[in-house]
Amino acid sequence: MAEQTQWKASPEQIAYANVLEKGMLIGLILLLITFGLYAFGIMKPYIPVNELSRYWTHNVTEYLHMANIKSGWGWVGMLGYGDFINFIGIIILAGVTAFCYLAIIPALLKKKDRVYAALAFLEVLILVLAASGLLGSGGH
Amino acid sequence: MHLFHKSRMFFKQLACFLLLLAIPTALAASEAAPSAAAGNHAWWFWPLTLLIVTFVMGILAVLGGVGGGVLFVPIISGFFPFHLDFVRGTGLLVALAGALAAGPGLLKANLASLRLAIPVALIASSCAIVGAMIGLALPTHIVQICLGATILGICVLMLTSKKSDVPDVPVADRLSSALAICGVYQEASTGKIINWKIHRTRLGLTLFIAIGVMAGMFGLGAGWANVPVLNLVMGAPLKISVATSKFLLSITDTSAAWIYVNQGCVIPLMVVPSLVGIMLGSFVGVRILKIAKPTFIRWMVIIILGFSGIKALTKGLGINLF
Repeated sequence: MAEQTQWKASPEQIAYANVLEKGMLIGLILLLITFGLYAFGIMKPYIPVNELSRYWTHNVTEYLHMANIKSGWGWVGMLGYGDFINFIGIIILAGVTAFCYLAIIPALLKKKDRVYAALAFLEVLILVLAASGLLGSGGH
Repeated sequence: MHLFHKSRMFFKQLACFLLLLAIPTALAASEAAPSAAAGNHAWWFWPLTLLIVTFVMGILAVLGGVGGGVLFVPIISGFFPFHLDFVRGTGLLVALAGALAAGPGLLKANLASLRLAIPVALIASSCAIVGAMIGLALPTHIVQICLGATILGICVLMLTSKKSDVPDVPVADRLSSALAICGVYQEASTGKIINWKIHRTRLGLTLFIAIGVMAGMFGLGAGWANVPVLNLVMGAPLKISVATSKFLLSITDTSAAWIYVNQGCVIPLMVVPSLVGIMLGSFVGVRILKIAKPTFIRWMVIIILGFSGIKALTKGLGINLF
C-alpha cells in the first residue's frame, strides 16, 4: 500500500500545483481581457498604437525617456490606460510562483522538513527582491 | 487505418502550409523592418505578423523538443524591427507562460519533481537575476554576439547530446541523500514502476549557475540546458528531467522576468500576440506530434536555429549577411 502511494505526488507538490493552476488561469484570462480592451480601443492607450513602432526600435532607456514612462512599479499609476492595464495579467503571471512557495512552507514545516522550508522561504525572498525593483537599475 | 493515413497526410500538408505561411511572413517582416521606424504599416501589422510567426514557432518548438523562448529570441531579434531589450523581455514572458501552463499537470502527474526542482531553482533563479542585470547593462551588440554564439552552441548541443531514458545511478550521492531527492514513477507505456535517485548533485547545481545566468541574460528559456544536466549529469530519468525542466522554467524565468518588467522591457502589443501565438501553436503541435516524424522536424529546428544564430552573430558584428 505504501509503495502504491509512493508514485503519487506529495501533498506539498499537489498544493503547489493547485495554487499555480489557479494563478496561471487568472493571469492568462485577465491578460486576454485587458488586451481586448486595449486592442479594440475600448480603453485609451498611453502611447497610441499607431505610434508604437517609433519606440520599439530603440533600447529600453531611450524608450522610457522618449515616452516619459517611469521604470519599476511606475506602471501602477498608469493603470487607467489601455496599454498599462495589461500589466495586471503580466504581474499575476510573474507573481504566482512566490505564492506557490508560500503555500507549501506550512506543509513542509508540519513534516519537520526544515531544510526545504528554509529553501522555499529563501526562494520567496529572492523573488520578492527581484520584483521589488531594487535590482533593476542596469540600463545601457 | 485508412483514416489514420488520411489524417497523417492532412497534418503533413498543414505543417507544410504553416511553413510556407511563416517563411514569407518572416521574410516580409525582415524586409519591412527598416521602414518600421517610419511607421509605414497599419498598427495591427506587427502584432498580426508576430501572432502568425509565433504560432508556427509554437508548433515547431513542440515537434523539435525545444522551448518557445529559444526559438523566439533569435528569430524575432534577427528578423523583426524590435530592439533586443523588448525581445528578451517578451521571450522570457513567452517561456514563462508556457512553463506556468504545463507546470500544474506535470506536478500532479508526479513527473516534475518539486523536491528536485527546489534546490536547483534557488540557484538558477538567483543567477538568472544576475544574468538579466548583466544583459541589460551590456551594449546591445555585445549581447547580440553572445546570443548568436550561444544559439550556435545550442545547435551543436542538439546535434551531439545523447539521452538516457533511465540513467544508471548505482548510489545516490551524500547531498542528494541528505536532501532526499529521489522518487518513483510509473512508465505509462510499459506500466513499469521506476525508482529513481540522482548523483553528482554538486556538479549539477554548479552548472545551474551558468544556466541561470544565460537564461536571464538572453531571455531564453533554458530547457535546452536543463534537460542534459538533469538527465546526463545528475542521472534523473529522461521523463523526470524533461518535466522538471519545464516546471523549473516557471521559477527561473519568473525572477529574470521581474528584472525585465521593472526595467520597462515589456510592450503589451508584442507580449500578448506572441504569447497567444506560441500557446496556440503548442496546442496544435501536441496533436501533430502524435503522427509527425520528429527526426525531420528536429533537423529543421536545428537548421532554423543555426540560421538565426548566424543572423544574431552577424547583426551584432555589424555585418549585413542576409
